[in-house]
Amino acid sequence: MDGEKGFKSIVMSGSRHIIFILLLFAALLGLGLTLFMSVSYGAKDLTMGTVWSAVMHYDAELTAHQIVHEIRLPRVLGAAITGMAFAVAGAIMQGVTRNPMADTGILGINAGSTFMVALCFAFLPNLSYSALMAISFAGAAMTTVFIVLLGSLTPGGLNSIRLTIAGAVVAAILQSLSTGIAIYFALSQDLAFWYAGGVAGVTWSHLKLLVPIILIATIWACMMGRSISFLSLGDESATNLGVRASRVRFLGMTAAVVLAGASVSVAGSIGFVGLIVPHIARRLVGADYRKIIMLSAILGSILLVWADFAARMVNPPREFAIGAMVAMVGVPFFLYLARKERSDL
Amino acid sequence: MDGKAIFLLRRKRTIRVAIILLGVALTVILISLNTGTIRLSPTSVLKALIGYGTAEESMILYEYRLPRIIITMLAGAGLGIAGAVFQGVSRNTLADPGILGINAGAAFGLIAYISFFRSLDGPAALMIPLFTFAGGAVIALVIFLFAYDRYRGLLPIRLILVGIAVSAGVSAMTLLLSLRLDEDTYAFAARWLAGSVWSRDWVNVWGLFPWIVVLIPIIYYRSATLDLFTLGDETAASLGSAVTRSRLILLALAVALSCASVSMAGGIGFIGLAAPHIAKRLVGPQHRHFLPIAAMTGLVILVAADTIGRSLFHPNAVPAGVVVAAVGGPYFLYLLFTTK
Repeated sequence: MDGEKGFKSIVMSGSRHIIFILLLFAALLGLGLTLFMSVSYGAKDLTMGTVWSAVMHYDAELTAHQIVHEIRLPRVLGAAITGMAFAVAGAIMQGVTRNPMADTGILGINAGSTFMVALCFAFLPNLSYSALMAISFAGAAMTTVFIVLLGSLTPGGLNSIRLTIAGAVVAAILQSLSTGIAIYFALSQDLAFWYAGGVAGVTWSHLKLLVPIILIATIWACMMGRSISFLSLGDESATNLGVRASRVRFLGMTAAVVLAGASVSVAGSIGFVGLIVPHIARRLVGADYRKIIMLSAILGSILLVWADFAARMVNPPREFAIGAMVAMVGVPFFLYLARKERSDL
Repeated sequence: MDGKAIFLLRRKRTIRVAIILLGVALTVILISLNTGTIRLSPTSVLKALIGYGTAEESMILYEYRLPRIIITMLAGAGLGIAGAVFQGVSRNTLADPGILGINAGAAFGLIAYISFFRSLDGPAALMIPLFTFAGGAVIALVIFLFAYDRYRGLLPIRLILVGIAVSAGVSAMTLLLSLRLDEDTYAFAARWLAGSVWSRDWVNVWGLFPWIVVLIPIIYYRSATLDLFTLGDETAASLGSAVTRSRLILLALAVALSCASVSMAGGIGFIGLAAPHIAKRLVGPQHRHFLPIAAMTGLVILVAADTIGRSLFHPNAVPAGVVVAAVGGPYFLYLLFTTK
């Protein structure tokens, strides 16, 4: 990024405030509509009115209300909240590593979580969900530390392209091992989970734990947004502007690890959300990470709810892996980015 | 010491290394034959081979063990050579059919085959390599187009980056297609992608065999061209090599070789990466020396990985691809961080 221009767009963003607020409203409206639509349509189509009354005055006697409350709603909310988490984690990683291709999926952080979750499913099948989530965090954190260490131990440092390749290979190894565990312990009925994730199994008890953690981490990330913006200009500029670069980087990565770990524990590894969404957000609101993170959160929710909806509707009654759905959009986007990244190659 | 002396010295070394590797390969193969639900000791294998074994021993050897191990050997050798050609042609020491997404394309071809023929058995299995080759070739073309710069030629690092992305996308499409068939096919596709040696019939051997015995000599015949590529495009052109044309030919040969290999053995990555590197360490950079060694190294790695996956985790099996990735992946990282 061009340092001076980026700095201007961060500091002198007053004139863009109104546009940003309008965008945020439009995105929220879009999210609301998406949620409604996704809850309404499925194996049994419901009217908007039924959905509304099921949410507002729940009546346990009615089948339609039960469908909404027990099946559709947790699943759709799960997609929304994990989409938010992956997108925000991607935005943070792109900011603090100054790598436009950073994404918790591509860097192997999701794969670290998946691997640990796979181990748990194999060896401790009756673990409580909160313990599973903690282990998922541990997996994400270990991979992150590993990749950061690899980067810092390499003589001459690691440019963004090499970091991306290293992450992809770490992800490939871990994914391969996870699949091996799944096949060996005959967990292969959940093979789709190991391959591409899914939110079909989300329940209210998951959400009770997920929603607060992800919301808190997202708000925390927004509060760090200003420092992340400065960091994205380069370490020296950030230091001149009074930001402690390594501290912000550490805190930012911690937030990303929490977000990725939490969502992987329930939905499996879903790549490309964290890659695409921050780019779209950046294009819409400029280089200010406070805005990028906020908008990414909403757009990520929309994207994943849509992806989950498509995964349900492609070939009913079978479900299709949601991650594969996202990959179909994400891959062309990634190729476009790789083609644009000329300077580094 | 002049060039000829160095050449002779290298050749001597190559022959020595080849003999040692042959011994290692034979040992691994015998161990592999000796593992499984019913064990066959080396002596009974020998007896059965020359026709003096018991009926039961011969049956196990000829109907179960031999086809599988021959497929593993052929696929390992094919992948080793294919990886060497990819690395030579792209001048990228990190090129590997798995990482480049060729395997993912081959998987797509395989699933297209299943949706067409509805079965993996029978004489139609001879056609499987054709389908995987078609899938792999399309992907190779896409990657090549994306990584090709009109002014600077093939960009090595971008090649890998594009390959990673394309393979993710194609795997998604494969799973989509396989889910449209039925749950079993979906599970098969997922296992295939993890690299499990699935084929164990003679018809599969006959499907793979011609590709290997035809393609490897053709590639070996072109080893001088591969040597020229390592000098860089301009030098190669000035030494009289039609760079773009021979690059495309070699690339097509390598794609065919790796697609045929994985068609019967599953999407196994990292062998195409590791085998040529080890071979180069052993006998130096000249292709006419290290190509055969790379083939033998690939063979040893895959047979060993398959044996470990079958025996160490008995009674269940872990796909050979997982064993290879567990060892080959860290090796890739090591190479990534030590090469410039």
